[in-house]
Amino acid sequence: MIDEELVQLLTPEGERVDHPDYNSTLSGEQILSMYRDMVIVRRLCNESTSLQRQGQLALWAPVEGQEGAQIGAGRALAPMDFTFPSYREHGIAWCRGVPPAELLKLFRAVSNGGWDPLKYRHHLPTIVLGNQVLNAVGYAMGIQRDGADEAVLTFFGDGASSQGDVLESFVWASSFNAPVVFFCQNNQFGISTPSSTQSKVPLFRRARGFGFPGVRVDGNDMLACYEVTRAALDNARAGGGPTMIEAYTYRMGAHTTSDDPTRYRVDAEVEVWKHRDPIERIKALLVREYRTKPAVFDAVAAEADEFALRLRADVLAMGRPDPLSMFDDVYADEHPLIEEGRREMAALGLGGSH
Amino acid sequence: MATTSMTMAKALNEGLRRAMEDNPKVVLMGEDIGKLGGVFRITDGLQKDFGQDRVVDTPLAESAIVGTAVGLAIRGYRPVCEMQFDGFVFPAFDQIVSQVAKLRKRSDGVYDMAMVIRLPFQGGIGAIEHHSESPEAYFAHTPGLRVVSCSTPNDAYWMIQQAIESNDPIIFCEPKSRYWEKGEVDLEGPSHGLCDAVVRREGSDVTVVGYGSSVKTMLRAAEAAQGEGLSLEVIDLRGVSPVDYPTIVASVEKTGRLITVQEAPRSASVSSEIVAEVTQRCFYSMRAPGLRVAGYHVPYPPARIEEDYRPSVDRILDAVDQVMEYEQ
Repeated sequence: MIDEELVQLLTPEGERVDHPDYNSTLSGEQILSMYRDMVIVRRLCNESTSLQRQGQLALWAPVEGQEGAQIGAGRALAPMDFTFPSYREHGIAWCRGVPPAELLKLFRAVSNGGWDPLKYRHHLPTIVLGNQVLNAVGYAMGIQRDGADEAVLTFFGDGASSQGDVLESFVWASSFNAPVVFFCQNNQFGISTPSSTQSKVPLFRRARGFGFPGVRVDGNDMLACYEVTRAALDNARAGGGPTMIEAYTYRMGAHTTSDDPTRYRVDAEVEVWKHRDPIERIKALLVREYRTKPAVFDAVAAEADEFALRLRADVLAMGRPDPLSMFDDVYADEHPLIEEGRREMAALGLGGSH
Repeated sequence: MATTSMTMAKALNEGLRRAMEDNPKVVLMGEDIGKLGGVFRITDGLQKDFGQDRVVDTPLAESAIVGTAVGLAIRGYRPVCEMQFDGFVFPAFDQIVSQVAKLRKRSDGVYDMAMVIRLPFQGGIGAIEHHSESPEAYFAHTPGLRVVSCSTPNDAYWMIQQAIESNDPIIFCEPKSRYWEKGEVDLEGPSHGLCDAVVRREGSDVTVVGYGSSVKTMLRAAEAAQGEGLSLEVIDLRGVSPVDYPTIVASVEKTGRLITVQEAPRSASVSSEIVAEVTQRCFYSMRAPGLRVAGYHVPYPPARIEEDYRPSVDRILDAVDQVMEYEQ
């Protein structure tokens, strides 16, 4: 995995390394705070997997292993920036302040969205691969027209990198010099398909062909992900145009709870990546450099457990939506087929929550 | 009433200009719409007057035209996308049905997908493949979208402005074979709502319903039928989805006979839906089954034989004869 083009500021053992273009600017306090973010997001992920196994969620898309990439990128955002996720950006949603229970509405199958995207400046999950990347570029074109000091950060994976929408996004962002940062989490697999099937060249090198910089960052190095993303967003806000970031990482769990990764990858590979865990390396840094005491880590773990209990309670409290709500907000203005459907369903006595 | 004579192309151009003057958030996007003014010149002169940020000559990627329009709409803009031809809308189909149609619902009404996708549609201009199609049924079938079609310069002028004002996404179908035909445009105010059907000619024997380029063909058929002593009521649908059924039902209650006209293939089409719905609503008033005069179930044919595919006056009159025969 280690190659000379990979931006890394912290080794898997938690030792700092120098890089000619990037320096870590985070204080010990900030690092500890982001460590807490990662622990909570992992706890959110594992609790959600349990909830799915217990029949309380329809599906879950695990993020375990990618917390460093997401908390690094998510904490690099300015409040007014806007994010366009795919469906696995639970760490980004956390950084944006989306209430975790609202994040799970989609997975509990009580909503096809879940939160107010304008309030949190975090678009809704996009399941059709790559659609959101074009939407992000369009939003960035709006920022340009408004002359606003904002940028867009959009997410996709190595699988979606083959989608026409993603490649068209590169063309547009480049042609219009849009203030957008493309954050590709290369977690090595699109369900079962290895990233080598998606691209014969390292993904970050594609950017050069479209006329903007591409950077490959160690996706399990939260410090590096933070600095690389921050620099790219600053550059976009300053009129420097798009950047593509390839966060080289690994999906430790299944694609979703419907998947069985033992059919397409070997344990030995998973073991290698366990040693690159994004949380453990920050913990090692905190111990080594900041003398963080075990009691601090224990407190974070206890907080995560409490968080999981609350999340579970919130999820279990989510009842079946009123069937009549399916007719709400389909159109802005009155629509005869909506009125007709609503009347028909109400006449069947199907309205009301149960 | 102050009216001005202009072509449908000019009326669309003037309507777009007025919408852009009224609202600085209106942004036009499309292939060759700036310097060139669009291949049909619908946007002629607009980039010169409103600048490149509001009349955007885009790279050639239809999915991206619509996909970025979604982002602009989220940002509060009101994009108007031009698909250069009907047959080129399909690369954008995914964005239209997966995002444009669904995002208001998925955001619980937070997002306005206030955008217009302009689609020069239908045939009759002697064009080569992919330039003469009628894809409206795909969009009429999709919840979250509205589909409209203009048939006169006056409607073109007003409907494009109403579509831009709407907070719902509108698939705006323009009958390209009528772009260069002139008509009177009333600059004072619109005569109807965006999706209202309009009775273009009153009659008592058969209700004939259609939209876009078919409206003129229906009117010519009505003229010819009058010579044979038959009175056709011609309804310009305008709203393809939703359909203004009260207007059609009132007419069929009177005539007892329904014929629909469209260029799109007949099966599983807008016409199919209208015949089914009107039959349900007017069953006891109908003296004959509803008939559909439509394109055949074949890919749009080469232009040398397109007039044998498109609904003609003769084919409409044949259908009229058929529905009248049920009387005996």
